[in-house]
Amino acid sequence: MNHTGVGTVLMDEKVIWDIAATVVDPEVPVLTIEDLGVLRRVTVDGDIVTVDITPTYSGCPAVDAMRDDIVSALSTAGYADVRVRQVLAPAWTTEWMSSEGRAKLEAFGIAPPLQDRGGGVVNVGLGIRCPHCGSLHTRQLSRFGSTSCKALYVCQRCQEPFDYFKAH
Amino acid sequence: MNHSNHVVSTAITPESIADSSLVAPDAVAEYALGLGDDALVLAHRLSEWITNAPELEEDVALGNIGLDLLGHARSLLTYAGSAWDQTEDDLAYFRDEQQFRSHQLFEQPNGDFAATIARQLIASVYFVELYRALSASTDATLAAIAAKALKEVDYHLDHSVQWLQRLGLGTDYSHERMQAGLDAMWPYVDELFREDPCAAAAGDAAVDPRTLRAAFDATVPGLIVEAGLEVPSVPAARGGGRSGVHAEALGPMLAELQVLARAHPGARW
Repeated sequence: MNHTGVGTVLMDEKVIWDIAATVVDPEVPVLTIEDLGVLRRVTVDGDIVTVDITPTYSGCPAVDAMRDDIVSALSTAGYADVRVRQVLAPAWTTEWMSSEGRAKLEAFGIAPPLQDRGGGVVNVGLGIRCPHCGSLHTRQLSRFGSTSCKALYVCQRCQEPFDYFKAH
Repeated sequence: MNHSNHVVSTAITPESIADSSLVAPDAVAEYALGLGDDALVLAHRLSEWITNAPELEEDVALGNIGLDLLGHARSLLTYAGSAWDQTEDDLAYFRDEQQFRSHQLFEQPNGDFAATIARQLIASVYFVELYRALSASTDATLAAIAAKALKEVDYHLDHSVQWLQRLGLGTDYSHERMQAGLDAMWPYVDELFREDPCAAAAGDAAVDPRTLRAAFDATVPGLIVEAGLEVPSVPAARGGGRSGVHAEALGPMLAELQVLARAHPGARW
């Protein structure tokens, strides 16, 4: 791997993207920032590497940890000057989550986001599948969960509570 | 392989607006400061519910909503500060009460849980309409902050409508408390939609608050009636938050918000 030694790093956007893409969400460690759609762009200008990420929610505190982890992963690989920018436009959406990401979430016990969160006066997500037993007979316990991006559900069949990654 | 598929034209960041070349024009900064203060003050009020809400889920819900608002405040205050070489922390922690521009609604003490829900209902509809209009701002940064915030405040509105219905249509006791909450917060509705010189000065970068009133009136009274409650008929409060005239409760709230930063300037953890 000729991009691992200092001085011989490959200033290639694809190579750098793949290294940055190994960073995981500190709150949902089965998802990489690429799976989440948080990793947006890598650009190279001379020796300077700029990585653009977008926060999931405006106040998401995990962004700072992701930023540090990206810098750390790239410095370990020999990139000395790494700058991480947060971009707010276009706004992050769960539609950017990869299908691998959705499958990994479900395997981890978190129901992946529905494509459409419904409409009307009170939005109700229908058809949220229990990640444990697969039943669609589930009920929302709370619209807000352990992190900004999740809601709390319970399965009416297997009785297990589970997190639902909110469509956003 | 898709590393350059999504070309992002605007870089906006709570932390890195400051080190990018984005500098808010002065009039836009003044306008953003008012919006940032609204978000910051309400975020702090909601944080006061953590460990005090009627149930654990509500600690989490109000905490989450406050966190979103804090995110909006950080983006808006950072952008405002770019015009005056000040950081978000300079603006949040080192301005005095008279320098804050927040509307008085957001400063009101939490009171009863139902009063907080009433405030959230009014605030969420106001924010939804404001950010929807502001996403068309001629200022690219404000437009981006608004477009992102809109998705979040829309969800906050769901939360308050659910509680409005549950309390309004629940027991006689919950109904009475929800009505009292609405009555307590309603005097502060009017101020949200008054003429704002800062908005006028910022031109098409800003939203004239008077234009948002029709949408509010088309939404909120209907929701209140649907929940079996009455739209309060109370005189409007004097207002003046945008020019530094505040509710009595803001001072003590800021004392708590700012004490650590002022006692230990530059402290980190």
